[in-house]
Amino acid sequence: MSFEDVLPYLLVVAKCVFAVAFVMNIVPLLIWGERKGAAYIQDRPGPNRADIMGIRAGGLVHTLNDVVKLVMKEDIIPQHVERFYWALAPVIAMSVALVTFIVVPFGDYITIPVGGVLEQVPLKVSDIDGGLLFVLAMTSLGVYGIMLAGWASNNKFSLLGGLRASAQMVSYELAMGLSAVVIFLGAGSLSLSVIAEQQSGAIWNWNVFSLPGAIAFVLFWIAAFAETNRTPFDLPEGEAELVGGYHTEYSSLRFALFFMAEYANMIVASAVTATLFFGGYNVPFLDGATIRAHSDILVAALGFGAVPALLSFAVVAFKRRNRPFYRAIAADDIRHREPKFWVATWGGLAVAHAGIGVLGLTGIIGASSFGPDVVAFVLQLTALALKVLLGCWIMIWVRWTVPRFRYDQLMNLGWRVMLPLALVNVFFAALWIIVKESLFA
Amino acid sequence: MPLPAPRKKLSTPESVYLVEVIKGMFLTMSHVIKNIFDQDRFRTIEYPDMRKPMAARYRGAHRLTTRPDGKVKCVACMCCPTICPANCITIIAGEAADDPAEKFPVEFDIDMLRCIFCGFCVEACPKDAIRMDTKIYEINAYTRQDMVHNKSYMINLMDGVKPQAEDVYRSHPEQAPAGYTFDEKPVV
Repeated sequence: MSFEDVLPYLLVVAKCVFAVAFVMNIVPLLIWGERKGAAYIQDRPGPNRADIMGIRAGGLVHTLNDVVKLVMKEDIIPQHVERFYWALAPVIAMSVALVTFIVVPFGDYITIPVGGVLEQVPLKVSDIDGGLLFVLAMTSLGVYGIMLAGWASNNKFSLLGGLRASAQMVSYELAMGLSAVVIFLGAGSLSLSVIAEQQSGAIWNWNVFSLPGAIAFVLFWIAAFAETNRTPFDLPEGEAELVGGYHTEYSSLRFALFFMAEYANMIVASAVTATLFFGGYNVPFLDGATIRAHSDILVAALGFGAVPALLSFAVVAFKRRNRPFYRAIAADDIRHREPKFWVATWGGLAVAHAGIGVLGLTGIIGASSFGPDVVAFVLQLTALALKVLLGCWIMIWVRWTVPRFRYDQLMNLGWRVMLPLALVNVFFAALWIIVKESLFA
Repeated sequence: MPLPAPRKKLSTPESVYLVEVIKGMFLTMSHVIKNIFDQDRFRTIEYPDMRKPMAARYRGAHRLTTRPDGKVKCVACMCCPTICPANCITIIAGEAADDPAEKFPVEFDIDMLRCIFCGFCVEACPKDAIRMDTKIYEINAYTRQDMVHNKSYMINLMDGVKPQAEDVYRSHPEQAPAGYTFDEKPVV
């Protein structure tokens, strides 16, 4: 058995690991973003005290502290819970959130030799034809985690939280599914990679830039808030009324699983929204073929282009040492290293990017067999990650702007506004496609 | 039956709600952007590295004042334990034969767990022997016994405490007089 025989299987494993790692690595970043974003919206500095060797990294170290804290905490199992289902609930919540990501493409393809023949391997974990249906099915399954947690906790507040979650998810799933119908009416396929591929090239190929697509996006995005239990639809955990809602009885790592599942759900919802409406992995105006054909010049442009930005970060970091905080702490305080560290880091990154730019100028990348594929993969992954992060930031941003709905308002919005709008939008989209085809075909 | 409070009739763009949400989001984002570029806008003080300057009349932990010869000014007249509404001052008086004051406190204890920081003891003192001008508000200990401040503790309370002006000027350099130098030079 040669290496080339094993390679396809290795690749499947690698893609699985990558998909999980992609979600799990953004989670701590989002927790940081949530706290820091909330703080900056409320005119306060947010987490900024934990440090490693004096480097506080803008509060990023606090996320590490959180992990340590949650792992070390005592895992309390209350006497009155249904042990099996109670323990199962956080596992379901987390695994469902991670599994949904497998149908999201994070790049178009890479070329590998299989049995002496070059083969194009699509960059998604599973190429399910009904990918969109899989996403909807999995988001419906996600409610089981919350429902089970509420039910098995044997606690009226948790039960109320679970009840609210299930009612809310059932109501908003309809609007979500119907707004997704608009997309596959246009695409003619349920596969997310086909949908993403159709949006390649110019930015106006994105689904959000058609009229029914824009309405569908607004509906889908609002429904995504409800599906991920984010404010203004976070009634299942509404802490003012329900203590902690469905996760009241959980502590330690089990609570951490619910906490991470919420953020993983945000990432997946953003990734699916990006794929359906914002071109998924596509870089605007640069489709896969264009990137591969001009990989050298792209690397050079991006490498040198990043240098001024990184240098300006270094200048900002250099100026930071004049802030009142650094004047207030003692001269031998370990945190005086921080501005120097950042100047060195940003400066070093600038030098590294200049090196990458030079590498692009030499033309080595375009000449090699795998270079263009790697450049395409990195650029497309970055595009997807940026879209996902932007989506997650909008979720955080809305959370700290908009107050929570009342429960009857939530139900009214779901059933009496969003569902009819989504239905009308489906008919409108069908009409739009017929008119477009009869006019321009 | 109480009447429901009159509600403002929403205009059409307001009743759509989405527009108002986006307006609110622009408001919060303007705060984020301003705060990123000017971090001195924060309304918080980085305690314990920076401190809020306390008001001149702030009542902090009590200290006992001393005469130029180093003895306490207190003459154990018992005015302060008498007026103390919290009953937290305990004085054991002793005779000082060689001293014109004739009396002095052998022990002077204040139970900080009972003290309500009313400042009556300072008002009542005829000798200006007890003051609450230390501006020390971090009064803590591991045991209840340690929360009882005794005579020598209160005499030496200000030893090793940086003068208040120093703290003020560190956290608010713009208030420092021209040419003011700090103990430790800030690292550049």
